[in-house]
Formats: sequence, structure tokens, C-alpha cells
Amino acid sequence: MTGSVPAVQPASGLAPPDRDAEARAWLASLRSTGAERETAARELHALLLRAARFELSRRRGQLAATREALDDLAVQSADDALSAILAKLDDYRFESRFTTWAYKFAILEAATRARRRAWQDRELPIDPDAWTRLPSRTLDPAEDLERREHLRAIIEAVRTELSPHQREVLGALVLAEVPIDVLAERLGTTRGALYKTLHDARRKLRAVVGATT
Amino acid sequence: MTESRRTQAEIVAGLLGPAGPELTCEECFELLDVYVDSERSGEDADARIPGMRAHLTGCPACAEEHSTLTDLLSTLS
Repeated sequence: MTGSVPAVQPASGLAPPDRDAEARAWLASLRSTGAERETAARELHALLLRAARFELSRRRGQLAATREALDDLAVQSADDALSAILAKLDDYRFESRFTTWAYKFAILEAATRARRRAWQDRELPIDPDAWTRLPSRTLDPAEDLERREHLRAIIEAVRTELSPHQREVLGALVLAEVPIDVLAERLGTTRGALYKTLHDARRKLRAVVGATT
Repeated sequence: MTESRRTQAEIVAGLLGPAGPELTCEECFELLDVYVDSERSGEDADARIPGMRAHLTGCPACAEEHSTLTDLLSTLS
């Protein structure tokens, strides 16, 4: 956790019996062998494929891809999601519907693939001068003086308080809006590690200039 | 850098991030299904999973996946 987050609280009521029975049936079938397991895996893959297609359909405008290419991405996402789920069945804790738990794997896989594909032919816009240009890019005559001074103080804190790596990550993620999965892939790191860098940089800035006004 | 239509307030919010304690991306993924089902059932999801809302405010990628999961379940129900 970043900061002191209280522990997850238990659900206020008992889990719906139907939900637990559904989950137990999925788990039993997926842990079985032979035809029963194959059938369950095929049914789960169909659900995952639907979730992956749903995610990709939302991003169709960002992806210069044919219908076939998009469907190929969806199938790859569902395949990888199914593998992840089968390896993590013991992690399911009966705190959500089993299908909700499963869908998130397919959505993660599809979203990550879509972000990377959308940026596959683009250079990372790493530009050290972006901070210098930020005031003229964003300062609108309608913005009040207090906001202008706040932004200038943030930019100065970026220059004086952050490490070069923190400046690079903050600039790419926030100024250039590079998706975190894309930046992680290009820098050879993980989404979690990059978010930690971003979080630490933001905390330093807030300590100097205060929180958002 | 790409040009953006974001307002100065939005850029400042992105630079400073959420002020309160927040989950990590890994914790967010681990608990996303519980959070979304809690929201859909009318429970106080933010009381059940402290730090999730702050993370979704600060992490656009996790926020997108939360939105997709929520909308998918709405579409299927």
C-alpha cells in the first residue's frame, strides 16, 4: 500500500448462497480432470472472450486494426486470462461473483494489449523542455492568478525536488499521457513499479506546494 | 509532447495526485472485483475497501479497467 490504508472490511452481510454455489461449481469443474474440466475451461474461455471483445470494442477508435486483427487480440487476451485464472484458482476468496473475478483478468489483458498496440509505432514523447513550456501551454487568460502561481510553484518543485527518473515518469504519464503499460514496457519495468515512482513524486510535490486547489 | 485539451486544473490534479492513502496497482487489481460487486449491490464499497477510490482517481489505467468491468456487468445483467 502507499500510505496508511485501513484493512479491507468484511462484507456487511452473508454472501448470497447462489453466488457461492455458482463459484463452488466453477472451482470444482476447473479443478477436475478430463471432459468435465475441458468443458468448464471452454465455457470460461467463452466468457473471457466476451469480456475481451467488450474492452476492445471501447477502444476501436484508438486502434488502427481490422476486425480480424481486433478479434485476434481478443482471443489472445482470453487465452492468457484463462491461463492466469487456472493458475490462481486458490486466490479466489468468495468475496465477489466468480465471473466478476474472472472478467477482470480478461479486461486487464485486453486493455494492456490495446494500449500497447495503439502506441506500437510511436516514439515516447520524452521531452525535458515540456516542463518549461507547460505554463504557456496551459495558462489560459481565464485562469486566475492564484492558479497560475500554483502551477509555477509545482513546476519549480518538479525541477528542484524530483530525481531525473521521477521527472521522466511524471512527464510521460501526466503531461504526455503515455499509458502506464506502454511506459512500463519501454522502460523494462512494471506498472506497479512505475506507479510507485509516480506516487512518490506526487507526494514530494504535495509536500512542497500543497494539495490540489 | 502531444497537445492536450485538458484544463490546467486537470493537469495540476494529475501532477499532484490524490492526497489520501491509496492502494497500489497490484492491490487494486486484486480487489477490483470485490469493489465493483460491492458498488453494484449498493454496499458502501469505499468503506469496505479504503484507498480504492483514491487509487482510481490517481491511476487512469486502473480507472479504465474499473469502468469497463462495471459497464460489462451492467450490459450483461
